[in-house]
Amino acid sequence: MKISSVIAMAAVLLALVGVALFGPNTAINFLVTALIVALAAQGWNLLGGYCGQFSFGHAAFFGTGAYVTAILQSRYGVNAWIGCGCGILAGAAIGTLIGWLSFRAGLRGSYFALITLAFAEVLRIAANAAPITGGGTGLLLKLDMRAANFQFASRGTFCLIVLACVLAVLALTTWIARTKRGAEFAAVRENEDAARALGIDVLVTKLRAMALSGAITAAAGCLYTQYFLYLDSNIAYGSWISVESLLAVIVGGIATPAGPIIGALALHALGEATRLLAGRITGIDLVLFGLILVAATAFAPKGLAGLWNAAQSRRSPRA
Amino acid sequence: MTLLHVEGITKQFGGLRAVDNASLSVPPGTITGLIGPNGAGKTTLFGVISGFIPPTAGRIVYNGADITAHPPHRRARSGIARTFQIVQPFAGLSVVENIAVGAYLRHAKRADATRVASDIAHRVGLGAMLHQPASALTVAGRKRLELARALATAPRLLLLDEVLAGLNPSEIRDIIPIIQAIRAEGVTILMIEHVMQAVMNLCEHVYVLSQGRMIAEGTPQAICTDEQVIEAYLGHGAAGQMQAHA
Repeated sequence: MKISSVIAMAAVLLALVGVALFGPNTAINFLVTALIVALAAQGWNLLGGYCGQFSFGHAAFFGTGAYVTAILQSRYGVNAWIGCGCGILAGAAIGTLIGWLSFRAGLRGSYFALITLAFAEVLRIAANAAPITGGGTGLLLKLDMRAANFQFASRGTFCLIVLACVLAVLALTTWIARTKRGAEFAAVRENEDAARALGIDVLVTKLRAMALSGAITAAAGCLYTQYFLYLDSNIAYGSWISVESLLAVIVGGIATPAGPIIGALALHALGEATRLLAGRITGIDLVLFGLILVAATAFAPKGLAGLWNAAQSRRSPRA
Repeated sequence: MTLLHVEGITKQFGGLRAVDNASLSVPPGTITGLIGPNGAGKTTLFGVISGFIPPTAGRIVYNGADITAHPPHRRARSGIARTFQIVQPFAGLSVVENIAVGAYLRHAKRADATRVASDIAHRVGLGAMLHQPASALTVAGRKRLELARALATAPRLLLLDEVLAGLNPSEIRDIIPIIQAIRAEGVTILMIEHVMQAVMNLCEHVYVLSQGRMIAEGTPQAICTDEQVIEAYLGHGAAGQMQAHA
């Protein structure tokens, strides 16, 4: 990695920690939300960016993580940290299950994307109807601010934990991309037949990506539950998180470790700015997101990370 | 003793019998050729041997074991590597990354896989292009990449599907010694080839497939004068005409 990129990353990290420690509550709220989306997007990036399987239904993982955490605590009195661990495992499990059902049937490309959307919608409707999720009224977690409960009196502390999760997944993604598993993901993304001919079990590789992706996005759901302490089916399984996680990756830079983080921060900053400027036009930020998606795919297919790298190599063409 | 035994393979696509009760054997350490006119079913038979196409009837015996039901990745792990007639590069990856995917099959560590990949790239003449994207290679370069990737899996049996097609004579001259060197290392080769110069130079034994049927086998020299083979290529009565002119 180039020095300039390292300096840029260190500066961003410093600014984020600064906001978490000293920023006003509104700024911290903004940052926590953006980082939770970044974490969900990191999950999407592993499956969509590295393994080439585009999903429209990452809400299925986000919501499962969120609900498992919330239900275990509110209905069964399970400790919040253990609840989150179970939420992440449940995300991996639902990822493997959805993957097994769709990939075994040979679904690829847009068919896979549509079936994931369908799974997320089925879960949303089921969660809206089932008594255990609180149905339409949703689930409210008891406010009890103790570290043992994964609730903190200081928003900044929680923000730092979310940031730590995002950085941990950043490190994990960078590492996986350099291993045999990462090469298998890339091979399956680029050409399934060639991958098979080289001894790669394509189904198992895709299921690995689904499990990992599901776990990471479910972790984002767990963190959401712990921060907002309220959940209903439209938050947990709503299409907003599916859309934002893929949008963050595409805008930030697909199949780059830092892409989802850059994308989520940029999108949320822009969303907030639009809401401030445009005032009370409902959904104006979504209109803007749509335009950005079109612009990104047309003019910057490698996203902001790609633009940054291109600018770097223009400045030092021999490096 | 044979390394690969193809027994009575039939493949029916709807009303079309692409391969019809075809059998062949490949002894270890040899180069065996599979030739035949366009549409004879050679690539289909290759697909059956490598596990990509399930046969309608017949069985594949490799190294003494029936592998007819094994999926392609399992055959690759047991030492059968193939190239694709229509090249299938990982277009978004660099040359060395492409080959490393094959090398990872036997080497779990990145450093080992990359080292093996770059050694093989040098052997097949791609040493100067290690870090270029595979999509930047010429046709000849992509054929070499197919060969390199298959070699990287350290195969016992290498299935080459027209690795010389689309190359010019000087490129063919460059690749023939590479194939001979692969055999000299003990890799058994079964190759589909149209370039007769290569078949005559490389193969010890040749099978001829026509309209799905195995119509002849023998040494390359014997095959070239076989009446049925000449007629399969040039049409009914061609053998007689050729003899009349000779």
